[in-house]
Amino acid sequence: MTTMQMLLTLLISAGVTVLLRALPFLIYRGSRKPPAFITWLGAQLPRTVMAMLVVYCLKDVSFTTSAGWVPALCAAAATAALHVWKRQTILSIAGGTALYMLLLRLV
Amino acid sequence: MPLLQTLKKVFPRTLPVLSGYLFLGIAYGIAMRARGFGPVWPLMMSLFIYGGSMQFALIDQLTRAFAPLTILLLSVLIQARHLFYGLSMLEAYRGTGKWKPYLVFSLTDETYSLVVGMPPRGENAGRWYACVSLLDHVYWCTGTLLGSLLGSLLPTAYLAGIDFSMTALFVVICTEQSMDSFAKWKAGGITAREALFAPLLGGLSTLFSLIALGQSSFLLLAMALILTGFLTRWLTEEKERRT
Repeated sequence: MTTMQMLLTLLISAGVTVLLRALPFLIYRGSRKPPAFITWLGAQLPRTVMAMLVVYCLKDVSFTTSAGWVPALCAAAATAALHVWKRQTILSIAGGTALYMLLLRLV
Repeated sequence: MPLLQTLKKVFPRTLPVLSGYLFLGIAYGIAMRARGFGPVWPLMMSLFIYGGSMQFALIDQLTRAFAPLTILLLSVLIQARHLFYGLSMLEAYRGTGKWKPYLVFSLTDETYSLVVGMPPRGENAGRWYACVSLLDHVYWCTGTLLGSLLGSLLPTAYLAGIDFSMTALFVVICTEQSMDSFAKWKAGGITAREALFAPLLGGLSTLFSLIALGQSSFLLLAMALILTGFLTRWLTEEKERRT
């Protein structure tokens, strides 16, 4: 990428992000209320989106070699287990990432 | 200086985000460094995009041929969830005056999770929320800069895999949500369907789309399946409510 193209990448992404963050405020200005379905969807989506993003992050997992799946899946499982055990966000993230980096070099 | 006083009052409540954003910001700066970027680009991304998952996803794009449509789609897909943060902050951010544009711009997952649980109580609402947003923004940019500078001191071979911290963050939030739902279900507050539907719909739709379409373009199908799933459930329950 050239510098111009990188700047455009930044602009597109920043523009879309701020537009998505602002859209509800622009649509429901003043006293306009969102319809019941949208309110319900808004309450449901955080859990859906997070599950989607976990799968998205693990998209490069492949089962043809053990190096293709062991580090990512084991580290993800360890992160979840660590979080159920200690419930310390930073500890879970740091522990899972450390295990992933270790397994990446061992498997 | 009322702003300084509010900053002091708000600071202790932002500590979880301080540690989280510093760590992830450092990871982001290092990941960018590992792909050959100095401190300027990651800092600009953190200042102007200010969205962790988006910025991590863009690292990959920055090292490929320029594909504006892909970047646009990727941004919409990853950031679409922010629509709903906005929807639930409509009331709280009403009447915040001059602070409002910045509050809307800086409504990240983490900031949302803080402001939704801490109403200003007697303070100037705009200034209160702006202090939360501003501190979070500073943590994120400081982390990015630190990572970018630390990354230049460390041999990059040692850093391979540090970007797993993004995956770990999502796994942690997923786990937290599941524990929360489990506790509510156990206490009889919600049904098993209510507890399981949303995360399973998200996970399974995405997994199915990934298997069906492959790594490059499955998110759009996943989003369509998710919306169809929710719409179907809404209409079914609507029918149940009527009968």
